[in-house]
Amino acid sequence: MVGITSYGAYIPLYRIARMTIYQALGWLNPASLLPGEKAVANYDEDSISMAVAAAVDCLDGGDRGKVEGLFFATTTAPYKERQNAGIIATALDLNSEVRTSDFTTSLKSGTGALISAYDAVSSGSAKSVMVCAADCRLGKPGGYQEEIYGDGAAAVLLGNKDVIATVEGTFSLSYDFVDVWRAAEDKYNRSWEDRWIRDEGYGKFIGEAISGLMKKYALSSKDIAKIVYPCIYTGAHASIGKKLGFGPGQIQNHMFTEIGHTGTAYPLMILVAALEDAKPGDKIIVASYGNGSDAVLLQVTKEIEKVKERRGIRKHLASKKDIDLYEKYVTFREVLNIDTGGRGDEVGTTQMTILWRERRMLLGLSGVKCKRCGMPQYPPQEVCANPKCGAINEMDDYRFSDKRGQLFTYTGDILAFSPSPPAIYGTVNFDGGGRWLFDLTDCELDSLQVGMPVEMSFRRKFHDVQRGVHVYFWKATPIRA
Amino acid sequence: MAEGIKDKVAIIGMGCTRFGERWDASPGKLMVEAFTEALQDAGIEKKDIDAAWLGTCYEETSVGKSAIPLAVTLKLPFIPATRVENFCATGSEALRGACYGVASGAYDIALAVGVEKLKDTGYAGLPQSDTQVGTTLRFAFPNYTPPGMFAMMGTRYFAHYGLSPQDGKRVLAHISVKSHHNGAMNPKAHLRREITIEDVLNAPIIAWPLGLFDCCGVSDGAAAAIVCRADMAKKYRPDPIYVKSLQIAASSGEEMMCTDWDFSHVESTVHAARRAYKEAGIKTPRKEISMMEVHDCFSITELTIYEDLGISPRGRAREDVEAGFYDLNGTIPCQPDGGLKCFGHPIGASGLRMMYEMYKQLQGKAGPRQIKNPKFGLTHNMGGIPPLNVVSICIVGL
Repeated sequence: MVGITSYGAYIPLYRIARMTIYQALGWLNPASLLPGEKAVANYDEDSISMAVAAAVDCLDGGDRGKVEGLFFATTTAPYKERQNAGIIATALDLNSEVRTSDFTTSLKSGTGALISAYDAVSSGSAKSVMVCAADCRLGKPGGYQEEIYGDGAAAVLLGNKDVIATVEGTFSLSYDFVDVWRAAEDKYNRSWEDRWIRDEGYGKFIGEAISGLMKKYALSSKDIAKIVYPCIYTGAHASIGKKLGFGPGQIQNHMFTEIGHTGTAYPLMILVAALEDAKPGDKIIVASYGNGSDAVLLQVTKEIEKVKERRGIRKHLASKKDIDLYEKYVTFREVLNIDTGGRGDEVGTTQMTILWRERRMLLGLSGVKCKRCGMPQYPPQEVCANPKCGAINEMDDYRFSDKRGQLFTYTGDILAFSPSPPAIYGTVNFDGGGRWLFDLTDCELDSLQVGMPVEMSFRRKFHDVQRGVHVYFWKATPIRA
Repeated sequence: MAEGIKDKVAIIGMGCTRFGERWDASPGKLMVEAFTEALQDAGIEKKDIDAAWLGTCYEETSVGKSAIPLAVTLKLPFIPATRVENFCATGSEALRGACYGVASGAYDIALAVGVEKLKDTGYAGLPQSDTQVGTTLRFAFPNYTPPGMFAMMGTRYFAHYGLSPQDGKRVLAHISVKSHHNGAMNPKAHLRREITIEDVLNAPIIAWPLGLFDCCGVSDGAAAAIVCRADMAKKYRPDPIYVKSLQIAASSGEEMMCTDWDFSHVESTVHAARRAYKEAGIKTPRKEISMMEVHDCFSITELTIYEDLGISPRGRAREDVEAGFYDLNGTIPCQPDGGLKCFGHPIGASGLRMMYEMYKQLQGKAGPRQIKNPKFGLTHNMGGIPPLNVVSICIVGL
């Protein structure tokens, strides 16, 4: 029995109402207004950081040492060369004997990674493979895509023990249907005419894949509890299911008006939402869309009743803050090239030797715990920092990324450069011991209090534009509801 | 038990430039200005100097590395020269080098010069040198500036002692108002304007809870001291100033990594002060110290220093501040020259600038700021941030 053993998701805290975008740029394209809002990554988030957050949600305290593979699906990989999945695996503090791969260039890469992980576990070459999908696509200002695209991530763990939803079959279609595309040198997507995409691509391929899957496994619409597929056009979304013979109750909510189209992560995020409400015995079909379609048939098992509640989709959806300024949104996403001032321009050399040597400390937030006195400490020390101990080289590794702490003190700094001023940082006393200074994110200065609980979140610390390096580190955030 | 340097070294000459935005002056020009004054004050000639120490912190925006810029600028005749750096305590470190050199018996006369050229940076505040915490730690440090690091001490001090931010800010405002009052009388000070409590409270926030008037000036400047063996000091002048103690303490890392430290005081100051009082033979600092120049980079720093020096009781510096204990006409005047707050803070020069004021006050040459019959003057010079720092304390007297 091979299938999904755990799931998780991530939706950034910030949302922007499509009306806010329309009020800024609707004059360019008066017919562009779409309903609802979309999820927006903070200035320090990207597809890698969101994938880490979804994976942490999916791991839910589980044994990281048992994860034997990590597949990352995205079309917005920060790196074209340097494996993005490898950064995620290090941030998650996975064993270095892990199979990592990036799946990219199509919005069906998320389901592609899922099927590959299923194949790996089925073949016996790996016992447990994590699939993360995240996207953070940019629509050009003033166009439809700017309102359509949202940011988010999902993660599913595939394995052969304690399976909560078995993979019962797959069906794939590949078409070089060029509805949207982005060449290597492009920042924004380009697209062909909407009506053609809707009627000849989106309106056809999902249906073809789902009906192909049902035919292959001799199923009818009555056998299926939920079908899951992405939305680009709300009207067309409903009619795809209807044409296949599904009632409205069998079509999982697409969340298009809440989070937008989250790229490769989108079908998997909707799948996570479906799993949150699933009952043992439910059959679920998830289908992607992008240069064809993958459809995957899942059957929910009794194990789902043992799944502990996590943030997943439901809690992440409910926990949000509105960005009321379009200009703030385009600043966060580096669409607007703001004046960073003399101080913001100063970025030291990013030394690859150091990032390699200290990868566990910097990407994994791994510290040490003294074998003699038991005090956890960050960053890793050779000589114990406890003045009553002082043991030398008697340290065990100790992971801080999954520890919560208390905000011991903080400030909001106007002088330091930040795309979202003030730069907020503080001292965190970790539960169980250890203390360090961290940037704080996803919060406002007024909402902070001495002693409030915080958790750690993997973020992009800075973008060394001159050398083309995205430098990641962990920040503290108030505990997200 | 080491015997220390008490009364082994005397200061016989000092110089200090006007601090401020010296757009016209190169670091070399500033060094010459301070050195010339010191040399004339000591009444010696350049050839009498046996060894020299240069203190400068941000060498990359100023003179560059090593002591060569000092030797070349002053045309020192192939004598021993050393550059020292200890963050904002750099100036005191140059003085310490010169004093220890003389106390050891290696030299008769030594020179200490501190200089900083901060206004070639191109933006407000100190240079954004993110590798100053090291090339590895920079990746694990927050995106900080010095005001923010000290502001965290404000946030914590207020919480620790149950002060509301409004009450806390009002206490801090007293400190800045006092320093501006003193600085306004100092022709060499960078900022020479009297301010009111309301000015401080209404100023724009730099790093919550600190506002503009809670922060010291960022300035260009240089200062210099000439020291000699105590037994030969009176040969040069009738009123040399004697070094009673010169101590320094550096953080051990426990403040940063263990959860015990309260972020409401600076542990290094406590250790440096204990040793300095012992070396100088001072038992009750609140009764024996006549005046102080302390490292008031931010108002909250000065408030906590009062307690760390053992002059105000823990958590109760507020009462002394509000009672005027540290005012120019108070029991222990603090920052009679305006302090870092108003005299300005050219990093490498600041420790020597503090000593310049104590020296002039002890000689009775402080003009309208003169304190009556001072006996012991204390300088406190801190480099770094509250959880990670070096603190230098020097006590001098007649």
